[in-house]
Amino acid sequence: MRGTIGIATVAALAIAATTALAQGTGDTSGHDPGAGGATGEAVYREVCQACHMPAGEGGTGAAAIPALAKNAKLADADWMVSTIVKGRGGMPTFNGMLSPDQIASVATYVRGHFGNAYAKPVTVDDVKRLTPEGEE
Amino acid sequence: MTDPVSSPATGGFVPSRRQLLTAIGKAGGAAALYHAMTAMGHAAPSQFNGPPKLSGAKKGATVIVLGAGLAGMLAAYELMKAGYKVKLLEYQHRPGGRNWTVRGGDVIQEIGGAVQKVGFSPGNYLNPGPWRIPYHHEAVLHYCQEFGVALEPFVQINHNGYVHSSKAFDGKPVRYGAVGTDFKGHVAELLAKAVNKGALDDTVSKEDKDKLLEAMKGWGILDKDMNYVKSLRTSSSRGYDRPPGGGVGGAPIPSEPYGLTDVLDPRMWMTNAFYFNNVMQTSMFQPVGGMDMIGKGFAKQLPGMITYNAKVTKIAQSDSGVTITYEDLSKGSAVKTASADYCVCTIPLTILSQIEVQASPEMVTAIKSVPYHSSCKVGLEMKRRFWEEDDKIYGGHSFTNQSISQLSYPSYGFFKKGPSVLLGAYAGGAAAYTFGGLTPEQRVEEALKQGSVFHPESYRKEFMNGTAVAWSRLPWIAACASSWNDDARKAHYQNLVKIDGRLVLAGEHASYIGAWMEAALLSSLDAVERLHKMAQAA
Repeated sequence: MRGTIGIATVAALAIAATTALAQGTGDTSGHDPGAGGATGEAVYREVCQACHMPAGEGGTGAAAIPALAKNAKLADADWMVSTIVKGRGGMPTFNGMLSPDQIASVATYVRGHFGNAYAKPVTVDDVKRLTPEGEE
Repeated sequence: MTDPVSSPATGGFVPSRRQLLTAIGKAGGAAALYHAMTAMGHAAPSQFNGPPKLSGAKKGATVIVLGAGLAGMLAAYELMKAGYKVKLLEYQHRPGGRNWTVRGGDVIQEIGGAVQKVGFSPGNYLNPGPWRIPYHHEAVLHYCQEFGVALEPFVQINHNGYVHSSKAFDGKPVRYGAVGTDFKGHVAELLAKAVNKGALDDTVSKEDKDKLLEAMKGWGILDKDMNYVKSLRTSSSRGYDRPPGGGVGGAPIPSEPYGLTDVLDPRMWMTNAFYFNNVMQTSMFQPVGGMDMIGKGFAKQLPGMITYNAKVTKIAQSDSGVTITYEDLSKGSAVKTASADYCVCTIPLTILSQIEVQASPEMVTAIKSVPYHSSCKVGLEMKRRFWEEDDKIYGGHSFTNQSISQLSYPSYGFFKKGPSVLLGAYAGGAAAYTFGGLTPEQRVEEALKQGSVFHPESYRKEFMNGTAVAWSRLPWIAACASSWNDDARKAHYQNLVKIDGRLVLAGEHASYIGAWMEAALLSSLDAVERLHKMAQAA
């Protein structure tokens, strides 16, 4: 399973590497080895907590970074997956940066932790269904 | 080239290139001129056509600019020159926005509470944001000249820098010059073999085959049998085991090329491809003393016009003007308002999307629809320039497939004794978030751990202190920069940049360039030109 995710990530990155500059992300790092996390928790630590903070508490500066802890909006799994895939507000598009496996895992993890208790797991099929055509 | 000359052959008048281009421009307009210039190899790589010549603002007309980054300050500067009464509101206590340099004693606060006090020695610095200016970012270069900001070369390509992949060369770094030479050597040999086997007969003419073989032989440094081998010729590009010297032992000893398998590692060719990106090509520049010299240069033109520590909470507009509500963070968040005829808003969309903006539904939707990305830079202060003294690397980069992505060596202070700061990580993509999720101390430790692969003897031994800037954790922006995708562009870009009532947005997010200072400036110039035109017509 781990190997499968690794290969999927490498493939996604190859695409990300070629499109990064075409999309005008500017003078940002030329190389990204990607997120290797195989579990929802690993992906959360590796990626999500950079903004949503270690306990999903979010943060406040000139604007607020939404808390994931006890977040009633997460009841709608499709909304959550769609947000991860497409980005929202200042949140990045994670389609291409994370594999469908990783997105499903981390969505399931967050919906079952930090004071959230939505039992139904998010599946890879859910992620694919909500990923814009031709962009996966 | 600008003077007309008589052609000795015909005795007739031969126009100079400039005269010809002017004539074409007059006859056919800008598009024809552009095509003619392209054909002559003169295509302008920039949309900058010199500073705008705005003038004659209506008496008493006022503009409020939100954000004193480069976009905001340029808007204020040009509108002020046109005759508007301009004031700016800025969230931070300094001008520049992402145009930012940190030095010893500076304090960096993060969302979540982490605080770093920069420990660099006097004269050393880190540019957490923009750090290099390509030669074709003409707007940036123009205003640097106009404001007297001294520029120096930024060393971009360094063939003596390292390239490292954990999956090639047993995880040992190799010099870019050597591996780059070997890459083209192997590829040239393989292509020559394919041609000679007739594999390309259906796509390449006989004549082109001969030219191609000759090119591969010369470009790849192949021998008479079209093989890429160890020789003094190949060593003259990739480097020698013993370089040529003088006197008795002057004779060089050639080096053995690396094998094809390792050379094909993606990190190797990606390095080569990287330098061919238009925005990564030389010449490149940096301001002497730190990138924030540009922001300071702009701010100097706007004396007393910037109100710092102002957190904008609402942008209201009516038929008669705009009213901005803000909290004065220096006075216990006292709520204040400021009014003007027009507003140029350069607040990053990560922040603006959470501020009440009275604008058309489509602009409000656009503001909320642009994804951003993050980035993380780590500056490491070392006791001495071991990369120069021991490795003979003067500026430029070393690349790796680890999450730090690269090291970059300072392009200033060459050969100086004493402490020096190198860039120890420039993490993008997912890695930017991985770094952002760590504490500043953990980021520095991770940078040290990974970067040691390049300089194992010295890295930890010479380390003094480090500063790690994770953009996703900065309270004033919570991200690095916009990262538009095709769908978002199609649906929202024009709605974002159009003038909406008395409000116009500017900044790198309102451009097709992305995270470069040039983006902020070109966006700003376009916005103020349109705004001025509208104000004159009103």
